[in-house]
Amino acid sequence: MHQFEINRLQKLEVFGWDASFTNSSVFMVLATLLIVGFLLYAMRARALVPTRLQSIAEITYEFIAKMVRDNVGPEGMKFFPFVFALFVFILVLNLLGMVPYSFTVTSHIIVTFALAAMVFTVVTLVGFARHGFGYLRLFLPDGVPIWLMPVIIPIELISYFIRPISHSVRLFANMMAGHTMLKVFAGFVVGIGGVGGVISLGGIAPLLFMVVFTGLEFLVAFLQALIFTVLTCIYLNDAINMHH
Amino acid sequence: MELQAAKMIGAGLACSALIGAGVGIGNIFGNYLSGAMRNPSAAPGQFTNLLIGFALAEATGLFGLLIALIILFG
Repeated sequence: MHQFEINRLQKLEVFGWDASFTNSSVFMVLATLLIVGFLLYAMRARALVPTRLQSIAEITYEFIAKMVRDNVGPEGMKFFPFVFALFVFILVLNLLGMVPYSFTVTSHIIVTFALAAMVFTVVTLVGFARHGFGYLRLFLPDGVPIWLMPVIIPIELISYFIRPISHSVRLFANMMAGHTMLKVFAGFVVGIGGVGGVISLGGIAPLLFMVVFTGLEFLVAFLQALIFTVLTCIYLNDAINMHH
Repeated sequence: MELQAAKMIGAGLACSALIGAGVGIGNIFGNYLSGAMRNPSAAPGQFTNLLIGFALAEATGLFGLLIALIILFG
């Protein structure tokens, strides 16, 4: 589909790898500039009584800070910048994708997989750095009888290594499926509307559905960014506190 | 049967994994809501658990969708 196509804008090769500057890159740069620009502009006054813009920036900060504190504990605040950056980046990319004729970066699995793989690597490194080889106890829940171990350990191993896949596919599938569904229903509107006569009025029904669904897509855009970050917090909690 | 047609049918069948995801997600949110109606003060504290359950239920369905995408485009 046209909206998912990646166009090479500036050809670029780094050590034989194709690292061209594409329309996907444009939207990532745009999102980063928007985030940094907004946060700097909103916080420029640093007033004790915040203006509306400053409130938005502070509410976003407090929201993620509370999430990290609740899910990971005070130790997790070291990772707050990481989690905050992830949330805002994904949220802005999702929302930019809702602008007509724009490009949804998160509807490409390689982007979401790169993000999820980054989270996975960070979590694994943190776990081993904090607990040494004791981190491997994550694969052996407390209170499991010895004869169940050959079953439990492979299951825990699989569920650990499947994390980046489910983490990335969730965001990718939700964004791609939502945009595809809107496109399909837009096709219905044109198809039924083009029949002519009284039947053309039937095109109103899918149009109304599309209006409602666009609203729902905004909710999904926010919810998926939230779920991505909550899961990141939960994985970090596993690595830092090892409650299992 | 042509290979292409068989692939399409296979991808469609693989998508039926999403039935389970739909049932699971509905179950989780329905039970959360009925629990929240009984004890609204305890509801916000369980929001994270709700999202974990939602994520896990959805993940199983997404594996099926992933298989469908691999069949179609892999």
